[in-house]
Amino acid sequence: MTIVLGGEQVASVIEAITPGSVTGHDSSAAWVRAETWPAVARGLHDRPEADFKFLNSVTGVDYIDHFVIVYHLTSLGHNHSAVIKIRCGEAREDPVVPSAVPVWRGADLQEREVYDLMGIRFEGHPNLKRVMLWEGFPGHPHRKDFLR
Amino acid sequence: MPIRTEPVTVNIGPHHPSTHGVFRLRVTFDGEVVVDAEPVFGYLHRGTEKLAEERTYVQFVTLSDRMDYVASMTNNQGFMLAVEKLAGITPSPRGVWLRMIAAELQRIASHLVGIGFFLQDLGAFGTPLIYVMRERERILDLFEMLCGARITVSYMRPGGVFMDAPQDFWPALDTFLADMPHYVDEYERLITGNEIVLVRTKGTGKVPAETLVNASVSGPMLRAAGLDWDLRIKDPYEYYGRVKFDVPLARESDNFARYIVRIQEMRESVKIIRQCVEQIEPGPVRPKEVPFLIRPPAGDVYAHIEGPKGELGYYLVSDGTIAPYRCKVRAPSFINLTLLRDMLVGWKVADMIVTFGSIDINMGEVDR
Repeated sequence: MTIVLGGEQVASVIEAITPGSVTGHDSSAAWVRAETWPAVARGLHDRPEADFKFLNSVTGVDYIDHFVIVYHLTSLGHNHSAVIKIRCGEAREDPVVPSAVPVWRGADLQEREVYDLMGIRFEGHPNLKRVMLWEGFPGHPHRKDFLR
Repeated sequence: MPIRTEPVTVNIGPHHPSTHGVFRLRVTFDGEVVVDAEPVFGYLHRGTEKLAEERTYVQFVTLSDRMDYVASMTNNQGFMLAVEKLAGITPSPRGVWLRMIAAELQRIASHLVGIGFFLQDLGAFGTPLIYVMRERERILDLFEMLCGARITVSYMRPGGVFMDAPQDFWPALDTFLADMPHYVDEYERLITGNEIVLVRTKGTGKVPAETLVNASVSGPMLRAAGLDWDLRIKDPYEYYGRVKFDVPLARESDNFARYIVRIQEMRESVKIIRQCVEQIEPGPVRPKEVPFLIRPPAGDVYAHIEGPKGELGYYLVSDGTIAPYRCKVRAPSFINLTLLRDMLVGWKVADMIVTFGSIDINMGEVDR
């Protein structure tokens, strides 16, 4: 059975790797400050006690006054999983989050999908292009205010 | 004096027999060798995740059928697990057993299609595909008995399934389970020892295991690299903790390894279904108290299953209304294509088609 680490536990692991990067936690997830994300991701991947070698999924959620990027991580060695959330885009225009591709290549297509459909730019992504829709498509359809 | 050559860029697809649907690959060749490859998606994009936001939880079942349309049952199953986790529904035991039987039948059907088209890509035009379609037809007949539909089944509901299996389903399932291992033996006789197949698939399309994990690749591709990662064992959902089966592994991580893992997984699925039939108990197929309009409390869940093509995950966000606020699908076919460029560059045209076939993707799921 995969051990699901609670938000508080994940937050303390991250705080031990990179102090000052956690903004809070809820029952299931730890919230990370966007600008510290590359260092946190590297630590979660490399540190033996975290060992999150496998990135399950990258999701963008539009909460109208802000966006949230959700990362689901699994350690194949320890068989435990964690959820990391990053808040961004209070201004709605051009929200930016650092890319996780340098750490997990599996984020490549998924971040492109989030960029395409949600309009969140991933800084440092090697090939940030639209993936489902064509270049020049007006707007980002998964936003809640699309065609409304 | 060497002959001066120039690289040529060629479009393969979106309409091409070896692209498994509407997949387009922009490839640059130097003579016959691939020097660059870029997949182009989106020809079947229907915005399933956006449509889900305007439908009730039960209505989304029909949309999930249409994602991976050769594995609709497992798509249903993954979504049901997510909804049950979100709304706190305890499913009926008989419903769970029926879901497991349907899901394992679907795994066999999906692997049959995967192997058939893989051999088609190898150049065995038509014949192996007719063989596997013969067996898949019998599975689809069983689905027709279960729910009246063959492809877009919409069989599962939160809490179980929508109706019990008819009386004549059980003898039909027994005969199928008795026949299936012989069919698999037949494929092994025809394909596994075939010299042409061995020469073309052994050693081609190799990827190291660490690269696969780093690129979030899951399912038979991961197990063909020797990584013992099957969510049915590692994170048992439904009643997989109560059945015994082996996880087939291969070490080579080449095209042949991926083929042989799929062949052996079909045998294991037959074993699992047999144990489900032994353990199934009478009773309701879903709890009466589950309302038609489900209003889960506000919150978010991630539920994942071992689909035939890899880890199929659903991330649901609820705001307390009858429709999901956000419904994200972690599509294994889509994410398994992350490494496509690395797998193709340096190989010849014919190997490119074989390697692509061995990933076993479904465009309905890639584009959603």
